[in-house]
Amino acid sequence: MSSRVLKFLVIFIAVGVVAFARFGRFEPVENVAASTAEDPVKARAAFNEAVKVFFSARCSNCHPGGDAPTQGDERRIHDQDVKRGPDGKGVAGMECATCHQAENMDGEGLPPGAPNWHMPPAGNKMVFQGMTAAALCQQLKDPARNGGRKTLKESIHHIETDPLVGWAWNPGNGRSAPPLSQADFLKKLNEWIDAGAACPE
Amino acid sequence: MTKISVNKKVFETDSDPSTPMLWVLRDEFGLTGTKFGCGIAQCGSCTIHVDGEARRSCVTPISAVVGKEVTTIEGLSPDSSHPLQKAWIAEDAPQCGYCQSGQIMAAAAMLKKTPKPTDADIDQAMNGIICRCGTYNRVRAAIKLAAMNGGK
Ligand code: FES
Ligand code: FES
Repeated sequence: MSSRVLKFLVIFIAVGVVAFARFGRFEPVENVAASTAEDPVKARAAFNEAVKVFFSARCSNCHPGGDAPTQGDERRIHDQDVKRGPDGKGVAGMECATCHQAENMDGEGLPPGAPNWHMPPAGNKMVFQGMTAAALCQQLKDPARNGGRKTLKESIHHIETDPLVGWAWNPGNGRSAPPLSQADFLKKLNEWIDAGAACPE
Repeated sequence: MTKISVNKKVFETDSDPSTPMLWVLRDEFGLTGTKFGCGIAQCGSCTIHVDGEARRSCVTPISAVVGKEVTTIEGLSPDSSHPLQKAWIAEDAPQCGYCQSGQIMAAAAMLKKTPKPTDADIDQAMNGIICRCGTYNRVRAAIKLAAMNGGK
């Protein structure tokens, strides 16, 4: 078999697998165009790096499994019994924005701020806390659980452009930043996608 | 000079745009109904409304209210006739009174969005408003009474 035919076959099968997966239970999103250089080992390695950011206090504090956000590097339950509310913006009378402004307030003990301070809505909790890397990876690829983002590049776009996400790298007042820079985080995520977005096992 | 609309009146201030509204309201505009408890968004006694939503004025800078309508306890009703104010009197809710304008403003913001609150709705909205006198039960009773009287 010539190498051209072989290459064609490999791509044909890969597309077939992706198409089949789309009808699977979770309808995982795969980036067909970018998967020409599929390399699951590379993809998993990149994801395992990137996932450290999702699990950092800055990101996971607002992505709890229950309805209470956590706070601080020690991830204690948020003071004042703050709750998610239906739209992720708190409950009537005690919204996130009741205290969190569009920017940090300067001074010890003052609430951090960024535009549209909120957490994921009740209907799509996008949980980070208590997840394994593998589970978080599957969730990211599942539009039913990733905030309705249909392609992986769409999810990455949110991480790249949302000022609330960007705040994590400039949190102020002695709060720790995630272990990778935002640029390195995006680089790892793109590496993961371009290598076929395989998930850790 | 920054123009700010408070209780449907326009006020002016020269303070830095990062100055918290609590300072401006009390020290410059003479609206002392709003109380200073902690200054770091922990107690709720400084709660006001910005475009009808509850905001803690000790952490709300001037820049965040420009072009918006600020309401303080003085402006909740023209004549203390808001159903919450009436219910507060009927239930004899205050003890020392220090936290109470914050309690009422938070409750008013909640009732706007949740006119028929359950106990859980009330607790959830009011949990973060600290009362050193422990008037919580009477506050909750007063909110229920106001809700029954169709109060927003
Ligand atoms: S004085 Fe604003 S919350 Fe305590
Ligand atoms: S009535 Fe005294 S602090 Fe609440």
